[in-house]
Amino acid sequence: MKYFEEIAVGEQASFGSHTFTAEEIKSFATRFDPQPFHIDEAAAAQSPYGTLIASGWHTVALWMRHAMRYRRAEDEARRARGEPLAELGPSPGFRDLKWLKPVHVGDTIAFASEVVETRPSKSRPKWGLVFSRNTGTNQAGDLVISFIGSALVERRMAE
Amino acid sequence: MPLHYEDFAVGNVACYGPRTITREEILAFAAEFDPQPMHADEEAARATMLGGLVASGWHTCALSMRMMADGFVLASAAMGSPGVEEVRWLKPVRPGDSLTLRATVLEMRPSGSRPGMGFIKFGYEMLDQTGDCVMTLVSTGMMARRGFTPASAMAPGVPR
Repeated sequence: MKYFEEIAVGEQASFGSHTFTAEEIKSFATRFDPQPFHIDEAAAAQSPYGTLIASGWHTVALWMRHAMRYRRAEDEARRARGEPLAELGPSPGFRDLKWLKPVHVGDTIAFASEVVETRPSKSRPKWGLVFSRNTGTNQAGDLVISFIGSALVERRMAE
Repeated sequence: MPLHYEDFAVGNVACYGPRTITREEILAFAAEFDPQPMHADEEAARATMLGGLVASGWHTCALSMRMMADGFVLASAAMGSPGVEEVRWLKPVRPGDSLTLRATVLEMRPSGSRPGMGFIKFGYEMLDQTGDCVMTLVSTGMMARRGFTPASAMAPGVPR
């Protein structure tokens, strides 16, 4: 992870994409969101969506998986250059999560992020807060998810 | 008869659970979706800010969805959700925590474009076994009105 001071508003990152299969949509939904349109094709056909769609929580969990994979690669590159790694702390939460379009079987969703605000934590001098607009976009170019995430990122202690 | 929009009222409160979250569940969710040391590796988690293994916040969200589903959504004419206004992760969720979800109906409004549907905004608090709130979540659900099924309520039309 980059240090808080290295992160600038407007900075963008693309985390890669994921193609949703029926099996994984049903597997996630069976565990966490067993509504008819997430777990069974026949029931989904009779539902408001007419076809199987991914749980919105599944889509955001996959955003997280891709974001973390990107961070790990970034860490490895920093390590290879001999640069120190900042710690990524726990997130205080998120807001404005919009499930804008259904995610269907076979859809390929590209995950990305853009920094929208940074500020030092008032109560914890070791940490800074980074807010990002996080998105998933389908193969037609339509936004399917959007939310404003927040993260605690370690500050350079040398200052 | 499933629950319809008219079966809810602003101010209604209900509790769902309790549900115990296990170490194995925390590690499995983290391995699949959020492999940060504090969620995915007990040994490495000790060196992090929270001092031990904690559930991914996304896991707590997903678990709240499961508790809503078992609590009322599967017994209702629910039509999905347009999104979540806000989630706050207030206290770490640790292995063995027993979680209860308290739901409050905050606002209700009929859809302007779909006469068979209404929006219900819920405020949720996830409480642990000590009564502390570990997460708050505010989200809106779409619900068919009486006389409609979730599928027929999706059709656009002029509100009555």
